Amino acid sequence: MTRTQNPPGQPEQVAGNGILHRRLFLTGGAAMAGAAGMGLMTARPASAQLPLEVPEWMKAPGAAMSGYGTPSPHEEHVQRSFNSLPGTIGSGVSRTPHERLEGIITPNALHFERHHNGIPDIDPGRHRLVIHGLVERPLMFDLESLSRYPLVSRIQFLECSGNGRANDAAEPPQLALSEIHGLVSCSDWTGVPLSVLLDEAGVAPEARWIVAEGADAAAMTRSVPMAKALDDAIVAIYQNGERLMPGNGYPMRLFLPGYEGNMSIKWLRRIEVTAEPMMTREETSKYTDLLPDGRALQFTFQMGVKSVITSPSGGLEMQAPGLYQISGIAWSGAGRIRRVEVSADGGQSWAEAALTDPVLPISLTRFRMPWRWNGGPAVLQSRAVDETGAVQPTRAALHARLGTQFNYHHNAIQSWLVAADGTVSNVYA
Amino acid sequence: MPRIAGFLSPLGVLLICAAALPGTVAAQEGPGLGVELTEEQIAAWDINVAPDGTGLPPGSGDARRGAEVFAVWCIACHTTDGEGGLNDRLVGGHGTLDSASPVRTVGSYWPYAPTIFDYIRRAMPYAQPQSLTNDDVYALTAYLLQLNGIIGADDVMDAASLPRVEMPNRDGFIVVWPPTDE
Repeated sequence: MTRTQNPPGQPEQVAGNGILHRRLFLTGGAAMAGAAGMGLMTARPASAQLPLEVPEWMKAPGAAMSGYGTPSPHEEHVQRSFNSLPGTIGSGVSRTPHERLEGIITPNALHFERHHNGIPDIDPGRHRLVIHGLVERPLMFDLESLSRYPLVSRIQFLECSGNGRANDAAEPPQLALSEIHGLVSCSDWTGVPLSVLLDEAGVAPEARWIVAEGADAAAMTRSVPMAKALDDAIVAIYQNGERLMPGNGYPMRLFLPGYEGNMSIKWLRRIEVTAEPMMTREETSKYTDLLPDGRALQFTFQMGVKSVITSPSGGLEMQAPGLYQISGIAWSGAGRIRRVEVSADGGQSWAEAALTDPVLPISLTRFRMPWRWNGGPAVLQSRAVDETGAVQPTRAALHARLGTQFNYHHNAIQSWLVAADGTVSNVYA
Repeated sequence: MPRIAGFLSPLGVLLICAAALPGTVAAQEGPGLGVELTEEQIAAWDINVAPDGTGLPPGSGDARRGAEVFAVWCIACHTTDGEGGLNDRLVGGHGTLDSASPVRTVGSYWPYAPTIFDYIRRAMPYAQPQSLTNDDVYALTAYLLQLNGIIGADDVMDAASLPRVEMPNRDGFIVVWPPTDE
């Protein structure tokens, strides 16, 4: 951590190019007095019409109630971006617009999706989950019966293992944050511990894997180690308090905390208990990480430690120089986030950001950092460390280890260039 | 305690261990609402094919028949020879995996031949998955293997022959599960 000299009467600068101490936003008194009046994320005064008028929405009754709410029409621009393979409408991804969100919970309608042949229109009354293979008793469950089992709830992230791969390109793609890193979302997942269902079926001693299959048109299938199935896997039936969205597995999905998203099989219909992995297409020809020597890493299940600054970020525009709050998300498949550091000078100096409670294991964690933008160029970066001590790598370090063709598990540090004209762009630094 | 009498083994041991660790799911008792089925009742759903061929159904097909099926169902996305098209390239790419532009195809990358059958049967053709006969799935599998130069035009693929096909990239994977301490 580099400390630089502070102007008299100004908040303490703790790293280069205007990074201020995280206490600025956490304590009252002199520090906040320094921030007062400058505004956060804006250095201009609010452009209210003067003299102040009583608005028309105070002079007439408001709208009626509704059975299921929708966002304000003024927020209609907050959308997932999405695209599908050529000639298809349902084989692709939609991405969470983190650059327009705050906190750690992703609204259900903005949760990312990755489908391999569209979203099935499932009648929950006809959907069945079958557990068979190396078990004492093959069993069948429906949604109604699963809903009577003891439920557990956890706030945890889900991330597609392809998230961030756009930055493997030779030149930095000029995309919004969500188009690079939008394949991660975080929800309060509620479901039945898979261990309870496996125990009811009676797992045979030689069983080491389960093979989970979805009820979609791809019959998406992945092998999962039995150790994971018995540890913290759940059959999720609620997401943020309501039943799952169709695009996230309605009426039931496997949820494997911290593992690459495609293994958390949506529309879960079948689990075969086996001694060996099934070596499906999705765990051999896809979702394997090709190394420069032509061999590929297989079964790289856990998502690495990662963070990204969501504001400011690519495509957003700064207003006048002044005090800003850098905000971002950090997460790790291995557990809690221990620390996030922020740099405004391309990684030459770093300072520790404030982590916003709650800081939960295998969850998005919100970090915030006060920053005084002096109007000159700045390269903003964040670097997360998880509770195991794993440190988010630079892009150069990641590529030195894995090359550029690995495709999955890209957790490198993201760099945003704030230019003197206030534009923000993606750079490799 | 979970119902583990007579069937303790790894499950019971793991559950007991998990119960002692903070932050993990404790062993829980469920209401026991699973409906017991026979494997015969599950057979219609059980479409998994293991790399050793376990699960392959009766039936057979060769590349000549496969070319006919391919022309009807597959060329829109994969072109006539499987070398390009809108979506995944299926043929070629041999010797490219260690280059700057690796081409991952059925021939250059897939490690197990029975997986081809498994995937076509469960997920293809894209517009009508699970609609082909097992004979036609064997025939398509044979055609892709023949286009990639892995089997001959007269070779018949069935539950006995397909697991014996040696894929060029069979040894191209480094299994990193379970993780080892670094």
